[in-house]
Amino acid sequence: MEIPASYDPSEWVDRYGGYLFRYAMLRLRDRSASEDLVQETFLAALKDRGSFSGGSSEATWLVGILKHKIADYYRHQAREAPLEDGDLRELSNPLPFDRSGHWVSGPAEWGGNPADLYREKKFLDQFMQCLSELSPNHANAFTLREIEGEDTKTICKVLNVSETNLWVILHRARMQLRQCLETHWFNRSMERGS
Amino acid sequence: MLSCKDVTRLISESMDRSLPLRKRIGVQVHLLICKFCSRYERQLILIRETVRRLAGTVDASREPSGETLSEDARERIEKSLQQR
Repeated sequence: MEIPASYDPSEWVDRYGGYLFRYAMLRLRDRSASEDLVQETFLAALKDRGSFSGGSSEATWLVGILKHKIADYYRHQAREAPLEDGDLRELSNPLPFDRSGHWVSGPAEWGGNPADLYREKKFLDQFMQCLSELSPNHANAFTLREIEGEDTKTICKVLNVSETNLWVILHRARMQLRQCLETHWFNRSMERGS
Repeated sequence: MLSCKDVTRLISESMDRSLPLRKRIGVQVHLLICKFCSRYERQLILIRETVRRLAGTVDASREPSGETLSEDARERIEKSLQQR
């Protein structure tokens, strides 16, 4: 087999270490877990170097391996801390709705230019902070759905939940994230006057 | 008649599957008259779009900016690779 020219493990850490680390951090929100998975990715790549066809870039190949490691990590977390009924019944406190199901205090108007948010480094930090405040299974479900763009059937298999439960989990995750961003980002930026 | 609590749940669900017609109509009727739930829907969609763009930006950036491996982790990984 001809080894592609770009293939040189001694340069991997320099070349792809930071990239793979950021990729993992966005999905795991945990520094040491991310570092471990980057290491495992390189080791698996080294062992299985024959699987690199040269058809895709080296970075794409490595990310493909990392993706599998991340899914395994989610599976592991779902097994360690299975969802309990309480997780699914009640929304976070304080409840946003009164007993008749009306908003206690409805969503605020978000000022600024929300369409450009993704360009702001600080917004990324705040988003990650808010995501970390969800329970791991909720955050993982949200990540698989909204960052990875996976369909619900795939996510159900990874997290070992029924589709009905997943809808509830995603609903709760979105509601909590929205509230967190409103409190810590949009209300703040209105106070700042921007 | 659907309450705001029901409608927020259905708005989220509609982002994961296409709702049965009756529910879809119920939600649309509610959104016509409820300012808060319409705003809620707009904001969830904005969050979805923003998150996808953020992820695209993080995943596309190959240059060594922002967060990166700590020195300790680098050394540990380099060493583990050399041992193989």
